[in-house]
Amino acid sequence: MARIFTYIAHKSGVPDDSAAELMAAARKIDAASSPTAIVTGWGPDLDAVCSSLQSSYAETWKISNEALVYPNAELVRKALVKVLPPGSILLVAHEHFGIDLAPGLSVKMNAAFVSDVLGIEGIEGSTLRLIRQEFGGQVSAHVQCDISSGAVITLRPGAFKPLEQASANGVVADKSPELGPLTAGRRYLETIVAEAGDVDITKHAVLVSIGRGIQEKNNVAIAQELADALGAAVSCSRPVVDAKWLEKSRQVGSSGKTVKPQVYLACGISGSFQHLAGIKGNPFIVAINKNPKAPIFQVADVGIVDDLLEFLPELTNKIREMHSVSVK
Amino acid sequence: MEILVCARRVPDTSENEIELNSAGNDIERDDLVYSINEPDNYAVEEALQIVSRIGGSVTVVTVGGEDDEEILRREMAMGATHGVLISDDAFGGSDGRGIATILKAFVQKGKYDLVLTGVQAEDGGAQVGGMLAAMLDYPFASLVNSIEVLDGGKLKISREIAGGNKEMNEIDLPCVLSIQTGINEPRYVGMRGIRQVASVPIPTYGASDLGVDPGAVGQAAAKVKRVDYFVPALGKGAEMLQGSREEIVEKVVELVAAKGGLK
Ligand SMILES: Cc1cc2nc3c(=O)[nH]c(=O)nc-3n(C[C@H](O)[C@H](O)[C@H](O)COP(=O)(O)OP(=O)(O)OC[C@H]3O[C@@H](n4cnc5c(N)ncnc54)[C@H](O)[C@@H]3O)c2cc1C
Repeated sequence: MARIFTYIAHKSGVPDDSAAELMAAARKIDAASSPTAIVTGWGPDLDAVCSSLQSSYAETWKISNEALVYPNAELVRKALVKVLPPGSILLVAHEHFGIDLAPGLSVKMNAAFVSDVLGIEGIEGSTLRLIRQEFGGQVSAHVQCDISSGAVITLRPGAFKPLEQASANGVVADKSPELGPLTAGRRYLETIVAEAGDVDITKHAVLVSIGRGIQEKNNVAIAQELADALGAAVSCSRPVVDAKWLEKSRQVGSSGKTVKPQVYLACGISGSFQHLAGIKGNPFIVAINKNPKAPIFQVADVGIVDDLLEFLPELTNKIREMHSVSVK
Repeated sequence: MEILVCARRVPDTSENEIELNSAGNDIERDDLVYSINEPDNYAVEEALQIVSRIGGSVTVVTVGGEDDEEILRREMAMGATHGVLISDDAFGGSDGRGIATILKAFVQKGKYDLVLTGVQAEDGGAQVGGMLAAMLDYPFASLVNSIEVLDGGKLKISREIAGGNKEMNEIDLPCVLSIQTGINEPRYVGMRGIRQVASVPIPTYGASDLGVDPGAVGQAAAKVKRVDYFVPALGKGAEMLQGSREEIVEKVVELVAAKGGLK
């Protein structure tokens, strides 16, 4: 059985939530496996991460180098190629760093590559069976992967439930001396934090959220009118921001804001995982979509198959009517 | 600057209800609306904007079949200088690595300063750009949402990271970048524009033209294979409201009020 490694992202000395999910995924590949955590970085933060992993991982490989103080994927790749034994399976979270690192690493390791995996069905000989989604989550696919020369696999955040486990009392092995000098054709400069917008969607109890189904900029007013009647704010999915119909600060999702409303009206939103990743706190979700197969209906509490351009104005009228009755 | 954009034609998920075919080994492809993969179109627009600032050319390449010429013509109507189709029976069933291997051979036949791809494709998974860069030993950046050309063979780019924050980097040319949607506003392409390029010949290259070993690509060489498609058994799913629009509106108001969503 190939040796399994997990790449642990971290920030300010704390391992990312994905550390426990990657462990759970490793156990799905092989229930008896004891995966090894790999952490790259520099200084006291790196030591803090390694020591906190000792409770969950039997073994942690520490790769310390000043050039790795910021996780530059090209440098991390060079470091991993040096230390990973041939034929290893490496698990990485499918987010902005994993997307940057994993495909190139698989080439340099001469290993198979599968991205954005949601499920692991198990291993038979040198064939690993995995589950992915395609076409915006409308269908899933079984994928088989030949791991005879190793594999790099990125895992969808949230898809693997962390396991309950007894403290591992693990050891930390320092692999830094194996590195040699590290240089890259890409250099990190700085991080620019997203600007705050006119409306803070993270503070609203009710969100009227619109997606590509709103079709054009002029129609945004239809959602705003409903939001006004409800005392809610208008939020949106990414294509609405890409088209410049609303500001970036209104975007819900992995590359936008994380919101925790009580009620979320998803209007013309298909329900991609990047969008859903921004909805937390288990709100009551009402989905309006003209496609009865839209994945949003799998996660919504209530679904309506209709044209939002006709449905929303009627809903707005009804709510206004109620307000005027209650005022009288 | 000589820029190559790798693009693909895919079923448009916002326009289609994707269903399985009866055998379950593919999606039902009859009657699907196809278009250029969305981020690839942003990549072409970005290339055109760079060239209009500093000069150069934009070549759009796709690995596929005759049907895929349609997107090449569309991008040429947008302003791309050349469209190239890479097509060979030996390429069928290639995994991401196979496609990257084919593209690498094409890149090495030309002289490009910059290679762009889209961030990901509907049925792919953000793989070809990063693999291609590693095969060429070029630097790579994914999720790129702005590009500024600097002096001295370098670019300043930003990458989109969590929460809408931007990671700024400097990167040496030649390099490969995967382009994220929203980086620009792609220009509109009308029927007239497409008609104007309808008869421009599109060169086609096969395995032997590119010097690609057919054994290193295609179904047989693929380490990763899709076995079948399925629609997963769902959790409980949404309660679908039935009835007239008026009845549904009333029901929604009632439910939203019960959840504290009415002031
Ligand atoms: C790295 C990365 C990060 C991303 N981050 C985010 C993010 O933070 N947030 C985010 O939202 N996305 C994000 N995305 C994009 C994401 O993958 C999806 O493409 C996006 O969420 C789709 O938005 P949508 O549902 O509005 O559009 P689509 O998927 O196109 O869906 C539109 C829906 O509207 C319906 N519709 C159309 N017309 C009507 C009508 N008249 N009435 C009713 N329904 C109608 C259609 O049936 C369809 O279901 C990210 C992607 C990547 C690669």
